[in-house]
Amino acid sequence: MGDKTDSELQPVTTFENNLKEQSTRLKELVDSGDLSGALSVLGEMNESRDTTLYNEVGRLTRSLYESIRNFQIDTKVPHDPDALSRMNDASDRLAYVVEMTNKAANKTLDLVEETMPYASDIKNEAIQLKEAWDRLQRKEMKPEEFRKLAGRMDQFLANLSEDSDKVYKNLSEILLAQDFQDLTGQVIQRVTGMVTEVEENLVNLVKMAGKVDKIAGTVHEDLEQKDTMMAGEGPQMNAEKRDDVVSGQDDVDDLLSSLGF
Amino acid sequence: MNKDMKILVVDDFSTMRRIIKNLLRDLGFTNTDEADDGNSALPMLQSGKYDFLVTDWNMPGMTGIELLQHVRADENLKTLPVLMVTAEAKRDQIVAAAQAGVNGYVVKPFTAAVLKEKIDKIFERISS
Repeated sequence: MGDKTDSELQPVTTFENNLKEQSTRLKELVDSGDLSGALSVLGEMNESRDTTLYNEVGRLTRSLYESIRNFQIDTKVPHDPDALSRMNDASDRLAYVVEMTNKAANKTLDLVEETMPYASDIKNEAIQLKEAWDRLQRKEMKPEEFRKLAGRMDQFLANLSEDSDKVYKNLSEILLAQDFQDLTGQVIQRVTGMVTEVEENLVNLVKMAGKVDKIAGTVHEDLEQKDTMMAGEGPQMNAEKRDDVVSGQDDVDDLLSSLGF
Repeated sequence: MNKDMKILVVDDFSTMRRIIKNLLRDLGFTNTDEADDGNSALPMLQSGKYDFLVTDWNMPGMTGIELLQHVRADENLKTLPVLMVTAEAKRDQIVAAAQAGVNGYVVKPFTAAVLKEKIDKIFERISS
């Protein structure tokens, strides 16, 4: 890697060495009054700068082209769905993840909403039966009332076995609805791999562009960071490693109470 | 606390709206409506006599913090209790929400117990 960087920097270093040597000669020629000699050295300097610049721009262009080809971004037919670039492919894959998680969440919510009434019905009926049962044990129940209780108990037990079947079945379906994790996990890992590759390529391009800037003497103004605070950023990763982010509800409560909440 | 009070739940994800509505129902609040961002929520609030607003922050269209600012600037809505339920976790944001006049702030992911605690606290303070 070190050798590679050295050889990549070679043209720039050669250019800089030439520049040093030429400027010494330029000074000597100007000092000795040889103006035409000095001008021809100036010409040489310009020429060597231009040549190096053209070469570097050429290398940058080739790298850019290579990178684009690596990601199969088809610049000619961007709207043709059949000519799917890897970028397109990644977007599609992530859309698939959104769709899968959405489906799983809705299915789970459907089943939970369907199951909850069973649990509350069982609870309510059990509470009432327990009251009646207690009265029976305290011998406060008339025979006619007891017959009613026996019928109700019968019904309750029959329902209970049916309802628990239903609850069990719904719970199993909720269990199965979690299978999205495996599929979406695989998809996300692939896209993550691609993003890492894109980053590496971009870093290389930036390095090469930096060399062009150096020869051309271009200075870039720092791009202003847009204030994203009001727009929101979404969930924070690695919150515990950052000072400007709360790491949970307790932190929020502490912060708000320090503000007089 | 009046269990019949009318609540508007604002979140751009329908699953999150469903989860919050379910949790509210468990707490006894069944009179709930939904909106998917500030732009659809604001007209509902202005015409609908809501007693409580639960909103996300990060939404397309009008964000939750903008909705809060509109609510506080509206003569008829300025006293409406607002609970922010959001993944936004920067200290600056929480301070900004507090300054904009939020009544409570819950960070996602959250539990049913936290939601209940914050709602109780909001209405305790209002009635006192």
